[in-house]
Amino acid sequence: MEYIPKTALEEAAMLQQIGVASFDALLEIPQEFRLNRLFNLPAPLTQMELRREMRNLSRKNKTLLSFLGGGSYDHFIPTTVDAVLSRSEFYTAYTPYQAEMSQGLLQSIYEYQSLICNLTGMEVSNASVYDGASALAEAALMSVRITKKNEVVMTDAIHPHYRQVVRTYLSGTGIKIKEAPIDAGRTSVLKLTEQIGDQTAAVLIQHPNFLGQLESVEEIAEEAHRQGALLVMAVDPISLGLLKTPGEYGADIAVGEGQAMGNAISFGGPYVGFFATRRDFIRQMPGRIVGKTVDADQRPAFCLTLQTREQHIKRERATSGICTNQALNALAATVYLATLGPAGLKEVALLCLTKAHQLQEKITAIDGFTCPFSSVYFKEFVVKTPMSSASLLKKLLRKGILGGIDLAKHYPELKNHLLICVTEKHTSEEIEEFVACLK
Amino acid sequence: MSEVIFEKSVPGRRGVTFPTAGLSDQSINALLPPSFQRQSALTLPEISENDLIRHYTKLSNQNYGVDTGFYPLGSCTMKYNPKIHEEVARYEGFAGIHPLQPAETVQGALKLLYELQHFLVEISGMDQVSLQQAAGAQGELVGMLIIRAYHRTQGKLGRARTKVIIPDSAHGTNPASAALAGFTIQTVRTDSDGTIDKDDLAKVLDQNTAAIMLTNPNTLGLFEKGIGEIARRVHDAGALLYLDGANLNALLGLTRPGDMGFDIVHFNLHKTFSTPHGGGGPGAGPVGVKQALAPFLPFPLIERRATAQGDRFQFEKNRKTAVGRVHSFYGNFGILLRAYTYIRRLGAEGLLDISRNTILNANYLKKQLEADYAIPYGARPCMHEFVVSAKQFKSQGVHAWDIAKRLMDYGFYPPTINFPLIVEEALMIEAPESESKETLDRFAKAMHAICGEIKEDPEKVIQAPHTCVIKRVDETLAARQLNVRYQ
Repeated sequence: MEYIPKTALEEAAMLQQIGVASFDALLEIPQEFRLNRLFNLPAPLTQMELRREMRNLSRKNKTLLSFLGGGSYDHFIPTTVDAVLSRSEFYTAYTPYQAEMSQGLLQSIYEYQSLICNLTGMEVSNASVYDGASALAEAALMSVRITKKNEVVMTDAIHPHYRQVVRTYLSGTGIKIKEAPIDAGRTSVLKLTEQIGDQTAAVLIQHPNFLGQLESVEEIAEEAHRQGALLVMAVDPISLGLLKTPGEYGADIAVGEGQAMGNAISFGGPYVGFFATRRDFIRQMPGRIVGKTVDADQRPAFCLTLQTREQHIKRERATSGICTNQALNALAATVYLATLGPAGLKEVALLCLTKAHQLQEKITAIDGFTCPFSSVYFKEFVVKTPMSSASLLKKLLRKGILGGIDLAKHYPELKNHLLICVTEKHTSEEIEEFVACLK
Repeated sequence: MSEVIFEKSVPGRRGVTFPTAGLSDQSINALLPPSFQRQSALTLPEISENDLIRHYTKLSNQNYGVDTGFYPLGSCTMKYNPKIHEEVARYEGFAGIHPLQPAETVQGALKLLYELQHFLVEISGMDQVSLQQAAGAQGELVGMLIIRAYHRTQGKLGRARTKVIIPDSAHGTNPASAALAGFTIQTVRTDSDGTIDKDDLAKVLDQNTAAIMLTNPNTLGLFEKGIGEIARRVHDAGALLYLDGANLNALLGLTRPGDMGFDIVHFNLHKTFSTPHGGGGPGAGPVGVKQALAPFLPFPLIERRATAQGDRFQFEKNRKTAVGRVHSFYGNFGILLRAYTYIRRLGAEGLLDISRNTILNANYLKKQLEADYAIPYGARPCMHEFVVSAKQFKSQGVHAWDIAKRLMDYGFYPPTINFPLIVEEALMIEAPESESKETLDRFAKAMHAICGEIKEDPEKVIQAPHTCVIKRVDETLAARQLNVRYQ
């Protein structure tokens, strides 16, 4: 077996050295619990057979012309990303606890933290959490630690899955969750304000929101801060090539799904949650943080820092349970941002913005298709379909197109509404093809 | 260290270019009013493709992975990561599918996940598995929430179960996860045999106990021989038995958590099932449960439906009893698919070879170190790892930490240090099955040499490492003068 370099001869020699007659003499597993049979699993495959099997399995999945977004975005990934991620000194390494042997990884995380700060306009960033959803949940928990208040207000315009994850994370804590409804595709500031009280630790919003629309962040920030609550913003990192940053809005915690920065859509994971905040709050932040320091010769060096917040030191009093995070996906984001630079990210954001608007214009020009919301959007928008949107999606699928997300599942009031996403990768031919199929 | 990437930035350089959108500022403003636009500078590096690749290649050269050499990191199972995993995960049919595609367009992915659920059921002896959790600690959180949800269905007495018992040898994630799920933590002691102190357990186990979280083999690398008795007592008290599956590598094919009486277990696919650690993730932390707990597993699971056209795979539609969702989508699919590939390569015989060879390796290495190092609890055979103590060297001013750093000069990544907490000056050494006898011999030789150095020239060890890109790092300064971003 190519993964186990041991011959029968070596095994015998090792057992002899240990001083036992057989392998069984090393086992203290009580007889009553011994399995004494082989697992009932498919027969092993050689590498040659395995490659064929996995290739065949992959071909049972269809990669189609897709206008799906909703938290998983097919943006262009430059070649540099996979070239760096394929360096096995990175991908086969453990968490860089031993700094002297992990300087490369530590420096790349320091660069990641710096890039996330610059992108979001925040002061400090951690080394990553699992994904956008758990980042938002961690932000809610952190807000409660900081403010010592016990409620959070969450708008319905946040990704439905993220809201579910926040509920799960908070279900054992006794923290109360209040909801704020949507009005015409955006959070109703008036109704949101009614939910904020003196026990509100944080107001949680997403911008652009799940429906692609831009929120009235200034007003929401003002209302939250007026009541002594923190503002937590979940943002699309690509949008920040153009959009006002959480830092500019005065957000206290900025989180988001980092997948779009150099990570494949890969059926939903592995992705990466980014997490940034104010410097004053750093000791309440979850997850790992890399800091710059010096070595014994006073040369610059990097290491994990503020570890006393973490579970391996603080145990049940840690700021979070998280240990393993999404380091390799964070490295992808690092290489992505460094490759694109300020001009590249702005170009990508502009292409998304213009192509999305081109498509929306063409769709709403078709008889019966309307755009229910008049607010500003970035790369995703909602259209109301003149027929059952479910059967429209089926018709599109027959023509090889994934036409968007049917919103009725999560928003019953948005029956026959589709959420459509456009990125820089869509060509004008693809946009025309989509429009032609709608007619 | 190298210069950080920002220091290599030259205004105007590009790493990649895109077609221009061809818009005037005026037309941009029409789509996106200025009040929504970023005013602050976007400070990202400006660097050519060539220079960027050299920068990160240089950083990779300052890093150490399993592909570089032996990683005897206890409780982390740093085994070889087969290259076919990386190839398969990049197939367009896996990397290029969207999580919200209709089920009929992703039958390959759903079949893979469905089968992996069943493989893990068979391997663990549990009844149902959720794959959604992104890492071990998230698996623990889900496990604790399931336990909480279960007890809440048991009426008033169930609601009074607010306490989780955790051994003093446990990983830090255990108490952190249980606390996040709303439980209070009670510690149970380890006895002189290295296993749970049964008398202490009797004292802390009561009608308020929701569960006990165990690692087996425990963090000393010892099999919890009294597990049958512990399971009986825990169940008699109306509590549940949770297994932290961090050390599952030692059990594959030999025994199953479900058969030992565990009600719930989390796996670390990035340990036992050889998905790469990625420098600290992504991992995957599936959770397996017995039937009574299955209604509470996170939503959604994958189902199989027999149709006239053959099997069809889909996400379940609804399950109100679920503890909820814990991931934006369905977990770390790319990691789950690597673990699936690993199991298909090995089959039942291969998995059994894994546990047999890691146990053989650990006991062999332990034997090599016995002459030089104290091995508390060492009279018993170990499973996949063992813990040596460097306590005897304290009189020379040498700590476990120093030995770890000195090992770097011999070309090895250090073992896990100062853990478990119950062993003074602990060095926790794991010897995965993928390591050859020669590698173990070389490591033992290095440990022997360091023992000699401590006697003759302790400063050499205390000042180590001498051959890394940097000398020993000042971690205290890092925490005192926080510098966590380039400015």
